[in-house]
Amino acid sequence: MSAVQLPVATPPVTQGFWRRALRNHSFVLGGLLTLLLVAAAALSLAWTPHNPYDVNIPVRLQGPSGTYWLGTDPYGRDIVSLLLVGARASIVVGVIAVGIGLVVGTAFGLLASARRGWTEEIIMRVADFGFAFPAILSAIMLTAVFGPGMVNAIVAIGIYNIPTFARITRASANAIWAREFVLAARACGKGAFSITMEHVLPNILSVLIVQATIRFAIAILAEAALSYLGLGTQPPQPSWGRMLSEAQTLLFQAPMLAVYPGVAIALAVLGLNLMGDGLRDVFDPRLARKR
Amino acid sequence: MSVFLFKRLITLVATLVGASVVVFLVLEILPGNAAQILMGPDASPEAVQALATKLGIDRPPVERYFSWVGGMLTGNLGDSYAYSTPVSELVLERLSLTVPLAVLAMAMTALIALVAGIYAASRHNKLGDVGVMAASQVGIAIPNFWFAILLILLFSVQLKWFSAGGFPGWGEGIWQGLRSLLLPALSLAVVQSAILARITRSAVLEVLREDFVRTARAKGVSERGTLWGHVLRNAMIPVITVAGLQFAELLAGTIVVESVFYLPGMGRLIFQSIQNRDLIVVQNCVMLLAAMVIIVNFVVDVLYATIDPRVKASDI
Amino acid sequence: MALLEVRNLDVTLQTQRGPARAVRDVSFTLERGQTLGLVGESGCGKSITAMSLMGLLPENAKVGGSIKLEGREIVGLPERQLCELRGDRIGMIFQEPMTALNPVHTVGRQVAEPLRLHRGLSAAAARKEAIALLDRVGIPDAARRIDAYPHQFSGGQRQRITIAMALACGPDLLIADEPTTALDVTIQRQILELIRGLVAERGMALILISHDLGVVAQNVARMMVMYGGEVVEDGPTAEVFANPSHPYTLGLFGARPRLGGPRGGRLTTIPGTVPELVDLPPGCPFAGRCRFTIPECHVTQPPPFAVGPGQHARCIRLDAVAAEKVQVAA
Repeated sequence: MSAVQLPVATPPVTQGFWRRALRNHSFVLGGLLTLLLVAAAALSLAWTPHNPYDVNIPVRLQGPSGTYWLGTDPYGRDIVSLLLVGARASIVVGVIAVGIGLVVGTAFGLLASARRGWTEEIIMRVADFGFAFPAILSAIMLTAVFGPGMVNAIVAIGIYNIPTFARITRASANAIWAREFVLAARACGKGAFSITMEHVLPNILSVLIVQATIRFAIAILAEAALSYLGLGTQPPQPSWGRMLSEAQTLLFQAPMLAVYPGVAIALAVLGLNLMGDGLRDVFDPRLARKR
Repeated sequence: MSVFLFKRLITLVATLVGASVVVFLVLEILPGNAAQILMGPDASPEAVQALATKLGIDRPPVERYFSWVGGMLTGNLGDSYAYSTPVSELVLERLSLTVPLAVLAMAMTALIALVAGIYAASRHNKLGDVGVMAASQVGIAIPNFWFAILLILLFSVQLKWFSAGGFPGWGEGIWQGLRSLLLPALSLAVVQSAILARITRSAVLEVLREDFVRTARAKGVSERGTLWGHVLRNAMIPVITVAGLQFAELLAGTIVVESVFYLPGMGRLIFQSIQNRDLIVVQNCVMLLAAMVIIVNFVVDVLYATIDPRVKASDI
Repeated sequence: MALLEVRNLDVTLQTQRGPARAVRDVSFTLERGQTLGLVGESGCGKSITAMSLMGLLPENAKVGGSIKLEGREIVGLPERQLCELRGDRIGMIFQEPMTALNPVHTVGRQVAEPLRLHRGLSAAAARKEAIALLDRVGIPDAARRIDAYPHQFSGGQRQRITIAMALACGPDLLIADEPTTALDVTIQRQILELIRGLVAERGMALILISHDLGVVAQNVARMMVMYGGEVVEDGPTAEVFANPSHPYTLGLFGARPRLGGPRGGRLTTIPGTVPELVDLPPGCPFAGRCRFTIPECHVTQPPPFAVGPGQHARCIRLDAVAAEKVQVAA
């Protein structure tokens, strides 16, 4: 399938990486948005305009003002503060879930590629099997058993990421194994493990980085959906998804409440996607010319 | 062809079995004694035991597994713990909403994506292409349930063209039923088609570069004739594959969107059952959803072989 | 009236680095049944010349000059009418047989396509015709194989199929762009024989493009040598081989490895590299690499001079070249 082409693996930070990266529009725009996301989360650890946990009924559903820059929610909490702290939930879930997928998936992919034969077949079949369970389904099962919670969301999304990373790793690693410098290493008697660590892994890093960025974006969307449904981050911890579900009941009275968290999610996801696309172009300029 | 089909069928069955084992382990074994859970911690051991026997959960796990699988194949899924009505009835009722919704959404997705993708490819690097690409970037970034809420805001609150949710059932007539599925399907379609449009575009561009397109032009086939007669069929190969893989996402999205519009579909049933600790319903619903995804993937695989004659020769 | 009359053909491509004159002032005439060879290195403009005869240039190409097919001007013809010509009056085959056929259509459908398109044949009639064509080009068991897919054929067979496609409507002119370059040597000979036979049988004109002098020597009556977008020498094949006059042609011929030559001798090469078409300086494109270069060579493009019956070379230093040849012979 040449249309869904696998990028050729190259060592990521080669000469002039930053120079090329900063000239790539996608990367710059995406990077700025992502930076905004991270900054919001980081800032929230130290300071927010108001305390997002303070329920203050008398001031509920106010519009934007000098005190409450974007207004207040149905419980009188400051929207801006909620958005800032909500960024934390998105990032934590995203990082850990993608981390799980990355570590476990890549390990399996590398194993499959190094061993070939039956091992590869079995691993890939199991990975394919994992595609049958989108994050929501796994989260539903976990919630049914353990009750709702952020951990469920993380595990569900993490499990959902494993097959993707396994496939991508295996495909890229296979290409590296076929390269001549690996054949040379094998001819010198180097073992599969050292070859994987020293030659294969560094060369597929660029592919993994791009993939991780994009999966992070998907994880943010998944976390938002899960907390919207009540399956993910639980109150009182702020989450963009849950803000949307609370806002939905009051669409007629305060429509803007349904807009802000969605914009936040969209910007975060857009930023990560653009950054991922930009990185892909920077790592493999040949693909860029074809687009 | 038969060897190919045979291998695929084996994989299908194996995957279904695997999925059923996972679902069974997680939902029937992991929680522990379902009767205990249902009755609460204060119930007497005898009462719990009585319920356990009634529900059939005091049998050994392996027996329960096969009894469940046997039940699935014959259509007898047991009775709901909470309602004491047959699970199969509950499920069928809900499916009659979820499946049409998913199909409608997929059809919309395909339509939007193909039109946008082919258009963008034909206007490569010009304004039309850039526009479609930018729109698709935004489309991918938007959560489907948020888009659904925005649609409600626009069409129900402001314009009052559609109701903000609910489903009248098919008894009122097909059009009425479809009408309430329109906005939900649209919110699903927008996001999915953004992804699929990009795939379509790059598939078409890729195929346009192939040598056989030049051959066709040299034979006197017009640009349009080349596009429809030669390019599209080749470009559809990766597009259909991705569309099939997207079905899992679509189904997951259907569950979420049903919540937004208060539609009594599978999603609703699952969430209520979770709250009611009605694990048998959850178990069967999850299995059903997983089975739908697996079967669709199987169909796509076979379809792929039908379109691309090279596949049967080299067994994937 | 000549079948094909090309006058002062100029093709400029818009590249990222500026306009590139890929074809400069090319003129030739081709009668029915005549064969013409186009020789030159990669990038010399031979393929572009061929594509412009079909009107198949990329969108960013600007064409100047005139191409007349049976008196009808092709340059500037609207696309629809060009489509009517392609495959019907002019047939073309390309270099890569492995990728020239659509993998998802049967061979029969692809061979029948021009017949249905230009002749309006029904599916059944076109199928019959296609079987006959496949048979003629040497595909064994054509009646059965007509329903096979391209991946079920070898490279040589696929090239035969593309030939069948190109000839389906009985065109007056066949353009073969490096038809055998991607094939094994033994297959090469078979394909060239096939082309020669078909061309003679149907009285078609043939333009054969190749970078292989051997191919050109055996298959065409007249030849043109191209360099830097120009035709630097042209004439009857036998004459050009016996008496190459342009310094570039000399270099080409001199660079051929010879069987039976002295061992340990080095192959002669032409020093320097082919210039980028974007950067072509004024004057003769070969100036600078040519050892007969004088300052005037860099000023204007040389016009063609006659060097024999029907033979021309674009060079202002022909006397010096000829003189050196006499010296060497002596």
